[in-house]
Amino acid sequence: MKKKLTFAAALLAASVLGGMANAKQLVYCSEASPAGFDPSPWSGGNDFDASSRTIYSRLVEFEHGKTTIKPGLAESWTVSDDGLEYTFKLRPGVKFQTTDYFTPTRDLNADDVIFSFERQWKKENPWFDYLAGTGWEYFAGMGFPDLLKEIVKVDDLTVKFVLNKPEVAFLPDLGMDFASIVSKEYADQLDKAGTRQQFTQKPIGTGPFQFVDYQVDAVIRYAAWDGYYGGRQKIDDLIFAITTDPAVRAQKLKAGECDIMSYPAPADIAGLQADPNLKVDEQEGLNIGYMAYNTTQAPFDKVEVRKALNMAVNKQAILDAVYQGAGQAAINPIPPTMWSYNKDIKDDPYDPDAAKKMLADAGVTDLSMKIWAMPVSRPYNPNAKRVAELIQADYAKIGVKAEIVSYEWTEYRERGKQKDRDGAFQLGWTGDNGDPDNFLFLLGCDAIGQSNYAIWCNQEFEALLQKGKATTDVAERTKIYEEAQVVFKREAPWLTIAHSKVFMPMNKKVSGFVMDPLGIHRFDGVDVTE
Amino acid sequence: MLRYLLHKLALIIPTVFGISLAAFAFVRLLPGDPILALAGERGVSPERYAELIERFGYNRPYVVQYLEYIGRVLTGDFGISLATKRPVLGEFQALFPATLELATIALIIAVLIGIPAGIFAAVKRGSWFDQATMGVALTGYSMPIFWWGLLLIIFFSGYLGWTPVSGRIGLQYFFRPTTGFMLIDSLISGKSGAFRSAASHLILPAIVLATIPLAVIARQTRSAMLEVLGEDYVRTARAKGLAPRRVIGLHAFRNALIPVVTTIGLQVGTLMAGAILTETIFSWPGIGKWMIDAIAKRDYVVVQSGLLIIALIVMAVNLIVDVLYAVINPRIRVQ
Repeated sequence: MKKKLTFAAALLAASVLGGMANAKQLVYCSEASPAGFDPSPWSGGNDFDASSRTIYSRLVEFEHGKTTIKPGLAESWTVSDDGLEYTFKLRPGVKFQTTDYFTPTRDLNADDVIFSFERQWKKENPWFDYLAGTGWEYFAGMGFPDLLKEIVKVDDLTVKFVLNKPEVAFLPDLGMDFASIVSKEYADQLDKAGTRQQFTQKPIGTGPFQFVDYQVDAVIRYAAWDGYYGGRQKIDDLIFAITTDPAVRAQKLKAGECDIMSYPAPADIAGLQADPNLKVDEQEGLNIGYMAYNTTQAPFDKVEVRKALNMAVNKQAILDAVYQGAGQAAINPIPPTMWSYNKDIKDDPYDPDAAKKMLADAGVTDLSMKIWAMPVSRPYNPNAKRVAELIQADYAKIGVKAEIVSYEWTEYRERGKQKDRDGAFQLGWTGDNGDPDNFLFLLGCDAIGQSNYAIWCNQEFEALLQKGKATTDVAERTKIYEEAQVVFKREAPWLTIAHSKVFMPMNKKVSGFVMDPLGIHRFDGVDVTE
Repeated sequence: MLRYLLHKLALIIPTVFGISLAAFAFVRLLPGDPILALAGERGVSPERYAELIERFGYNRPYVVQYLEYIGRVLTGDFGISLATKRPVLGEFQALFPATLELATIALIIAVLIGIPAGIFAAVKRGSWFDQATMGVALTGYSMPIFWWGLLLIIFFSGYLGWTPVSGRIGLQYFFRPTTGFMLIDSLISGKSGAFRSAASHLILPAIVLATIPLAVIARQTRSAMLEVLGEDYVRTARAKGLAPRRVIGLHAFRNALIPVVTTIGLQVGTLMAGAILTETIFSWPGIGKWMIDAIAKRDYVVVQSGLLIIALIVMAVNLIVDVLYAVINPRIRVQ
């Protein structure tokens, strides 16, 4: 048996290698090792790039480079008038990948769809706990356990989702990585063999690429899946060369050791742009960096004080020093690239003198406060400590003394949620599904103690938020969210700092790569000219 | 000799327990929480948090957690990584050959250059060569590894294009690992150019990792040689008219070797520590990078078991050095 397996492995390696002589290969310098290849248990962007976007497909898909959705494994769907029932018609003839470790005997059907969700949802499902202590955080984080009532198999190619309450973002949610469709037949096979763990180590999906090999912390290899329902890819081999240091990734790209790289360091961008063999694509990130006041604590419970502090901060200086040109000042809590962004809202002007006067008028003198700085670099805020220092200096000009505090990353977020938290708290958000609600919910009354670090519960804003969630008409939702942004700006629970730009340097021979507003790196449709 | 060995082994057992306790405590003393770290920025609901803490047993008294941990380790079960859900021992076995290969080549470089440099510096004491060697050794010893690695990459890989930037072998070579040692596997694979590619990928990381041990070995060899060269028996050997090469090579160097061998043994620890940074810069898939990732993710299981396994290996190497020491100098056994 062992000999047979070795032979099979050698055969696979030989076939991959044999094809390599003429194969079109794309090497992507990725930033981190994936925790596994099951698309649902993990929540890191690098996990998704390596699993859901390469190996798997979903019922609906985001259009390349956009946040609008299009049919995926479901070729059509209908929504009941009350918004509680979504019936999906599955695309017939969709093939799961055939590899040296799995040969499917049937095409995708409703059982696969139901299994893909129930394993994350129902504790009695034997796959709920197949990885010790998996939290299915995204499924839970998007509110699916409360949202789903049942998933019904109408026939082999029809599946119905019944919800407990209407959810306008339900379709975009199904385009998210955690909602990738996995093979029930493969799961059953592993169950029988007693090797469930293999589900995440040797993945099977219906996506554009099939898994070939993973050398831990080093290289992931994929091959184009001939049976992909969207058509075979132009590149034959896709390779992820895991390179954690951004400066080293940049060197590898320059040296031709990879064709495309993720997350360049801001300091390297100019050098990469100057290289004649490279091009650097850029896009506004679907994100926001902000600083949340604790609106329940005096004097930050007064709108005038929050406004005055906002007016004291020189955002341009922050953009120059920290974002180094790779960002734009944020005015609203949602980025300008998102639909329903209210262009008419003006930012609080930078005016230290007026700010000082406003504070005095509000009866606030000798204010001492804390500025919280994240200990990590994030796309929406590359250096929170530097931002804090700049804000501290700006505050000093209006007579406010600020002390900068920081904690270990998980502790930082936990302490930030405390209702009696002292001071203003820096954080940010990157969108999941392109829906404005996916940003504005951060400030909802329900989110206090979770993602609402301003501890701000404004009834007018909350009513608009709920109204937006219950409305399906996009034009009407746009109006609702535009109004919500007006309330937000008037009440100023946050200092909106910046929306950062995202850069994607690549070799000029790479074509067809489209930057994704959701921060995903996907390689379907990419070509390499030799 | 057996008694000596048993005596050394008896010392190791309490040390192992001490280290297991220190590793267990260290990761729990770090601020942060494994469940929250795993949940990522989206966070986790208080109910699910309570459920997971219960599930992993992190709500029980530390003593109970430690005893259960050590009980499992004694049966060879090092646990399952919280982050990747893979067995810690399996991950270690997959990654360790990469670190061992890198550390071995680095140690060979350090010994092959460090010892002759130290000997020459001692023999030519006060000469320009001595001063230059010791100056370079001091610089090497003080060099921040991360900066040094990046500098070499920019110059040799980026500017001159002589060496690959990072990784273990060119991506065009794909074969399943047989031993985990890329130099050997590339030879076995029979692919033309594979060995050359693997060797060229080793050069820069090995030089970076060898820098500090090389400096230490050169300085130690020099001072040991200087001490021995001043001894009466060396003078006597010289007076007898023996060739200088024979005096230095046989009479002096052999006696200077004892502290040098000890120093080389101690460098194993330095190599393991250096591997953490070297592997991170060169994307070298070894246990150094693995540990760093585990600490960042507060992966309690990987950190406590990984540290213990590494400590066991370092102690085993030191035991071998002690035995070697006793072979070189029989007086030590008696003492």
